[in-house]
Amino acid sequence: MNIHIPTPLRVYTGGAETVSIPGATITDVFSSLTTQFPELKQQLFNNEGKLRSFVNVYFNDEDLRYLPEKEATSVTDTDELTIIPSIAGGSACCSCCPLL
Amino acid sequence: MLHIDYSDYATMRVHGEETYPHECCGVLLGRSEPSANGAPPRNRVRQIVRAGNTRTDSAHNRYNIAPQELIRIQRQARTLGLDIVGFYHSHPDHPAQWSPTDFAEAHWIGCSYVITSVEQGKAAITNSFLLTGTTEEDKRFEDQGIEIDVAQVHAKRHKNPTER
Repeated sequence: MNIHIPTPLRVYTGGAETVSIPGATITDVFSSLTTQFPELKQQLFNNEGKLRSFVNVYFNDEDLRYLPEKEATSVTDTDELTIIPSIAGGSACCSCCPLL
Repeated sequence: MLHIDYSDYATMRVHGEETYPHECCGVLLGRSEPSANGAPPRNRVRQIVRAGNTRTDSAHNRYNIAPQELIRIQRQARTLGLDIVGFYHSHPDHPAQWSPTDFAEAHWIGCSYVITSVEQGKAAITNSFLLTGTTEEDKRFEDQGIEIDVAQVHAKRHKNPTER
């Protein structure tokens, strides 16, 4: 399947913005992806092997977190995976700032 | 260095005035060009894209771009042969400096984060910060100069002398 790589992570894929990775499930694909591009592992996953909280992954147009089978979802060569780090912020000094 | 046409620079600032007292946000599309002597890369903006702020619960001091919108913008960039090279947002009645929240939520290393302070509804100062480092653990914001290209505006005015 094709995996779309966001700008900041392309330094770890030799500049490629899309890479084609084989696999039967999303877990397989991630495993092959980080085998082929080892430096991506630290960028995408925390020490417990879970996706970092700010890393959004979309399977075609569906958020991975809301797929019934999540990473165990079966994939085909024509499916697409998009990795997109979150973008947020604001002038609030911290999470404890009053919202309103 | 962040290189941007004057019209895009002005549009960014107007966006902040339009959404005041709420924060605006958007995406900078362009190309990242290597610099000589190990200097940070130059992010050259070719197009800006307005985005919606999903933080309606606290839009006066927070912003968030929905991932689905970000994916749509990334696809748009790919079609144009461009990359996402940065983001912009406003700080209503707050300085144009990155906040702890901005830093905690910044994950696009190598990208420019542009902040415009909007004071009483009027755009004031615009600053850019380059997110550098290699991982979440060693990332940092560095002040980034903004180079504004006014030649494009002059060229457009020359073509259309009736434009005000």
